[in-house]
Amino acid sequence: MNDKIAAHVRDIPRSGIRDFFEIVQSMHDVISLGIGEPDFVTPWHIREAALFSLEKGRTGYTSNLGLPKLREAIANYVARKFHVQYHAPSEVLVSVGVSEAIDIALRALLNPGDEVLYHEPCYVSYNPSVTLAHGKAVSVPVHEKDNFQLRADELAKRITPKSKILLLNFPTNPTGATMPREALEPIAELCVKHDLIVLSDEIYAELTYDGAEHASIATLPGMRDRTVFLHGLSKGWAMTGFRIGYACAPAPLIEAMMKIHQYAILCAPIMTQDAAIEALEHGDAAVAHMREKYELRRNYIVSALNDMGLPCPTPRGAFYVFADIRPTGLTSREFSLRLLEEQKVAVVPGTAFGKDGEGFVRCSYATSLEQIKIAMERMARFVTAAGRK
Amino acid sequence: MVENIGLPAPLASPASCLGDPVAPYSAVNFMETLLRLLQQDATVSREDLARQLNLPVADVNARITALENDGVIRGYQAIVDRERFDQNTVTAFIEVRITPERGGGFDRIAQRIAKFDQVVSCYLISGGYDLLVVVQGTSLREVASFVSEKLSTIESVISTATLFRLKTYKENGALFTTDTPEDRLAVSP
Repeated sequence: MNDKIAAHVRDIPRSGIRDFFEIVQSMHDVISLGIGEPDFVTPWHIREAALFSLEKGRTGYTSNLGLPKLREAIANYVARKFHVQYHAPSEVLVSVGVSEAIDIALRALLNPGDEVLYHEPCYVSYNPSVTLAHGKAVSVPVHEKDNFQLRADELAKRITPKSKILLLNFPTNPTGATMPREALEPIAELCVKHDLIVLSDEIYAELTYDGAEHASIATLPGMRDRTVFLHGLSKGWAMTGFRIGYACAPAPLIEAMMKIHQYAILCAPIMTQDAAIEALEHGDAAVAHMREKYELRRNYIVSALNDMGLPCPTPRGAFYVFADIRPTGLTSREFSLRLLEEQKVAVVPGTAFGKDGEGFVRCSYATSLEQIKIAMERMARFVTAAGRK
Repeated sequence: MVENIGLPAPLASPASCLGDPVAPYSAVNFMETLLRLLQQDATVSREDLARQLNLPVADVNARITALENDGVIRGYQAIVDRERFDQNTVTAFIEVRITPERGGGFDRIAQRIAKFDQVVSCYLISGGYDLLVVVQGTSLREVASFVSEKLSTIESVISTATLFRLKTYKENGALFTTDTPEDRLAVSP
């Protein structure tokens, strides 16, 4: 049967994270720092809005683009928080998570062989999504010494006449890296110079710490009309299971994305769209509360990692620490497997996020402080033991 | 004396009176965050607080001492679900109407009521009555006799209405019913 599978699908390797998940799943009493979703339950007022929606019998399809009221709420939120203006009726599309929005944006833009640049280590879906859309994924490495920020010179080296899209994700899963405005400026200049479209996945925008304000590349000169601003409710509002994402972009692009979305998906579920309106209009306090919790845990975990001899600069976004495990002399995979076997703590090997993740492991702090404390004690024991060998 | 109507004026936040920088969206607002953490769980160790706040332990100790000395922190207690321990505890919420005194308003009489051991909380309230008094005892009879013999007999008390607690759902931020079961994926991207 395998020969019937389309070649470009067959050739996509199995996800490294999935392999690891199966090993963890087979064990008991594991403390997992391997989870890429909030540990909070969705704030009650948002869940209650979803219940109310069901209670009112709102169970049908919505407009393909999403409820007009939700698109209005999105445009208002994006203007209020990120200072970019979008016309709600024509420039906003509600998707089933950001993942779908990335997929339809890539499919709407790519001709076979077009190149998509993306920074690596990165979220696991970018490279395969490009391949599935018949594009060519071109990775640009980011380095620890630059706090995992994307450097313009590294990007420039990889731009060719076939380059069409730059995929950005700041704050970054798995490194927690953020890009302040000054760091984005030279990137934006390159995009304008080489006529690149930017798909900017800003799903972790609300989870930016130390009082820093998230900067969107769409706000830089010449960028609004070449950027697809991608965001959603999953992380900041702890709504992963609601599957609500959105794309904001110039009308012709939204129209093209909508063509795919309407035939493949039809629309996002109505009751979670209703809940998303509540989240965007009244969720600021709940988001701030969760952000504070993450920031306190981040402080804890960074301090504990440094104390055990794993150098770890403080990441300023998302809920991940990309810990440097090179002092142990182990590879990312060895470290993760042995830590799991010997101390029952799950972290994700950096290589699951691209080959440049070697030498690092991703520790998620979207887990209670009690769990993090035990995990750090066990990890310190493991590192000490590994150092003696 | 402020009249017993409308909402009380908002208190200045402890952070601003103690001179911390106030940064939105950030835990650098130490005092505010410290208080919140202690209100959630006063048993948290000073070392854990220090790590979370990115402060030296000595600094955390000094800040807590300052909050205690300033009377911001009034004490530390456990949140107890008495029903799981014994069935005998009775809690009553008593609405008390009183005649305010010239010069003293409600304060003197409220303080007098608050001093009884049976009274666990006592608030001045806006609306149809003046004081909300929370009383605890080991039987209905005990609470009833406290109301009739002690509370109602105070000269400026005009009337009382006693409401008995039947069940607790949430107290001081702690839900008494357990929520959703843990069914997260063990590892996810």
